Amino acid sequence: MRRVLLYAVLLAGALVFLYPFLWMVAATFKPEVEVPTLGLIPSRWTSASYRMVLERIPIVRSFLNSLFVALSVTASVLFFSSMIGYALSRLRFRGRELLFGVILFTMMVPFQLTLIPTYVLMVKFRWVDTYLALIVPGTVSAFGIFLFRQFFQSIPQDLIDAARIDGCGELAILFRIVWPLARPALVTVGILTFMASWNEVLWPLIVIREPKLMTMPQVVALFAISGRSEALLGPKLAAATLLAVPVLLAYAFFQRYFIESMARAGLKG
Amino acid sequence: MHKRLERTGFFFCTPYIIHFLVFMAYPLGFSFVLVFHKWDIVSPMKWVGLANFVRLVHDSLFFRALLNTSVFLAIHIPLQIAVALFFAELLNSRIKFRGFFRAAYFVPVVVSGVVVTILWQQLYAETGLLNAVLTKLGLGRIPWLSSPRWAMPSIALMATWKNVGLYIVMFLAGLQNIPPELYEAAELDGASRWQKFRHITLPLLNPVVVLVLVLSTIGGFSLFIEPYVMTGGGPLNSTLSAVLYIYKQAFYFYRMGYAATLGFVFALIIFAVVALQRRFVEREVYL
Repeated sequence: MRRVLLYAVLLAGALVFLYPFLWMVAATFKPEVEVPTLGLIPSRWTSASYRMVLERIPIVRSFLNSLFVALSVTASVLFFSSMIGYALSRLRFRGRELLFGVILFTMMVPFQLTLIPTYVLMVKFRWVDTYLALIVPGTVSAFGIFLFRQFFQSIPQDLIDAARIDGCGELAILFRIVWPLARPALVTVGILTFMASWNEVLWPLIVIREPKLMTMPQVVALFAISGRSEALLGPKLAAATLLAVPVLLAYAFFQRYFIESMARAGLKG
Repeated sequence: MHKRLERTGFFFCTPYIIHFLVFMAYPLGFSFVLVFHKWDIVSPMKWVGLANFVRLVHDSLFFRALLNTSVFLAIHIPLQIAVALFFAELLNSRIKFRGFFRAAYFVPVVVSGVVVTILWQQLYAETGLLNAVLTKLGLGRIPWLSSPRWAMPSIALMATWKNVGLYIVMFLAGLQNIPPELYEAAELDGASRWQKFRHITLPLLNPVVVLVLVLSTIGGFSLFIEPYVMTGGGPLNSTLSAVLYIYKQAFYFYRMGYAATLGFVFALIIFAVVALQRRFVEREVYL
């Protein structure tokens, strides 16, 4: 009896977190008048909501923009942060501890403090309405450096010494020997960086006004509040669904990595 | 060899140092300049001394944003801790499909806030899903987003729904780290379920509780897209958040100096609140 109750509560919980998404996807195929109904099955299936989204907003272009920005940011964070994490954990140089202190400090600075001055910087660089404004400020991550540093400390020094004796340069050691051993850290930093960049919406709203360069969450958010959705519910939900699908697909395949990465980020941060 | 390694180490760090100087040190320094100026970005900056701060202490919208954030946190934090602990406790018992449940509760965490906000805007609509359920149950409708009294609590509820999966996972990890011997010993001494929870579970989960507190506080002060899409800060400024207010001052009215001042003061408040939380909630855990 107790066990039945336990499963009933757990299942009710799962329903609370999943049903709204199921309802959302179902609603995008309903005729507009049926959208507010509780059920999932429409009286007649229609793709009118999606057609309206595709006609009214540059959703495909914005998907490609988001993908390009998120991939560029992730690649450069993995590259630079692992390089710096390696230097901080494996190379001795003057000012190393000071630098590490600075990195810890920057992790604590609330973005509210730097938001406006960084926007001014974008204006001065003439980067407003360019990909540079979306990518360059995110190319190095203090948190990524921190995580790589911690992880690299657990890699045996003998491996690195042996490679040095064989005449390997430090960059070759990092990418040929350390990287293959650091897959969990790469996956964690990769997922977190990609997700953060993909979901970011405040910064694109500030630095991008040209519709062709807008990111996907930005385009969907602006569509939801603008007159172009004509206050129709179906198309707004269709735009939201298109935005959710890529992440949900990735999550379906790699959910264990998503959960572990994000939980780890919280616990260490 | 030693000299070479030292040079390589420094060389590896130059990208970070450049990035730090341009995107952290400069903005930090420049924010100190901005708070003493009036500037619309187009015309030249004008030195105004402490005028921005004087304006701030007389700005009822600034205090409104602070109040709204407090309302958000007062509902969001306890709810989040209670719900997360509840499900983590359930998942920590010997059950099948733990992986499935954990993954299901986590789905809203990975989905963009824009999606969640658009979805909940429909759920909260006057004739939306939640009111449909309420009327089916014979209860009255709730003016979720249309009443100034309900709007911020509604956003806090939605934010809890979005984030709680992450904290379920963290609490679950914390629970699994507690040695079962502690509970066995307590049972031998005749401790009740509540006593075990109160004197073993809760103290040992203290680091996770502090984490939830700190992350939720930062989240509350960073609230932006939810009111931006759902309510635009209304009705009657009841969902105007700190970041939404900074955004409006900077990009609706082009008051860069005042927006920077708001950011500066909100950052100080975040520091103070987090420091207080750590001071009064954080405990040393001996295990």
